[in-house]
Amino acid sequence: MIASLSLILLCQLAGEAFVRWLGLPMPGPVVGLILLLLLLLARDRYPALAHGPLHGGGVENASLGLLANLSLLFVPAGVGVIQKLDLIVDHGVAFLGVLVISVLITLLVTVVTFVAAGRLMMRNEQS
Amino acid sequence: MSRDPFSLWVYLSQSPLLWLTVTLLVYAIADAVSIWTGRHPFANPVLHSMWIIGTFLKLTNTSYTTYFGGAQFVHFLLGPATVALAVPLYENRKVVASAILPMLVALAAGSVTAVASVVVLAQAVGLPREVVLAMAPKSVTAGVAMGISESLHADPSLTAVAVILTGILGAITVTPLMNWMGITDFRARGFAVGIAAHGIGTARAFQVDAVAGVFAGIAMSLNALVTSLLVPLAVTLLLR
Repeated sequence: MIASLSLILLCQLAGEAFVRWLGLPMPGPVVGLILLLLLLLARDRYPALAHGPLHGGGVENASLGLLANLSLLFVPAGVGVIQKLDLIVDHGVAFLGVLVISVLITLLVTVVTFVAAGRLMMRNEQS
Repeated sequence: MSRDPFSLWVYLSQSPLLWLTVTLLVYAIADAVSIWTGRHPFANPVLHSMWIIGTFLKLTNTSYTTYFGGAQFVHFLLGPATVALAVPLYENRKVVASAILPMLVALAAGSVTAVASVVVLAQAVGLPREVVLAMAPKSVTAGVAMGISESLHADPSLTAVAVILTGILGAITVTPLMNWMGITDFRARGFAVGIAAHGIGTARAFQVDAVAGVFAGIAMSLNALVTSLLVPLAVTLLLR
């Protein structure tokens, strides 16, 4: 458990260091994600790596446990809304309205593109 | 020892312990209600925890800074949780590899729509320029969006509000919208909510379907990369 969490933090730390060092405009944890993925893939190829958290589903279980409670992690930032109540009073309807419409359009465009591209690909494979 | 309840409150209300406990307790109740309703979209646990804790802070006259002193331990885990997305991605790598092309096309279309629609609409309804700037990165996960907002000299805490509200709106609307459209491909449903509503949408997707959750997680990570490059461009092109 502790070893698995350490591995996750280590990946994030390496990602953070990498991004800062090269001055990349991307978030450190995303690089950490890629690192952990590479480690898991490397383990399947080189059995010598299958020790500690990379053995017996250690890091897998710790990660899935964290993701099972993903919603909780947004609560502290969400409560920050109380600092912006004056803005919500001034522009609330416009602010919320814009967000609602933008979310709906984004969901629609993304899902339609995904399904259409998927069908096109299937048709090309069949022909 | 002080037996005066007021001085006990003064002591506890400044301690991280109280606010961490409140955060976990309120969320545990909101989540139990959400499960009890069969994960009804409107029983979103983030939404209800937010207003309950927010009201409690207002009533007790507690500042957000004091609250965050306790809640930061939860907030911190957002980073490790992003890293943890590697595991569902790894476990579903075959499904993901077979859908690389639709994912890339949908990523391009979705991330451009997410940024362009909010900038155009917010200007059309006459929101002030600094609000429009702060809203532009609203579809990416909080940490990244606040970084983008800072680089545009906008208000990062306003961006955080736009990000959280967007996430909740996406999490609430995605299931009814997709059912109404008759979309049964959970890869596409998950991917769309990950693009539009980042981590809160991803959390919702994991509640509905494991494959949807994986695709939402990938979409959220890819969108974080693309949007940090896209927002400065969109702002120069679209903001007058």
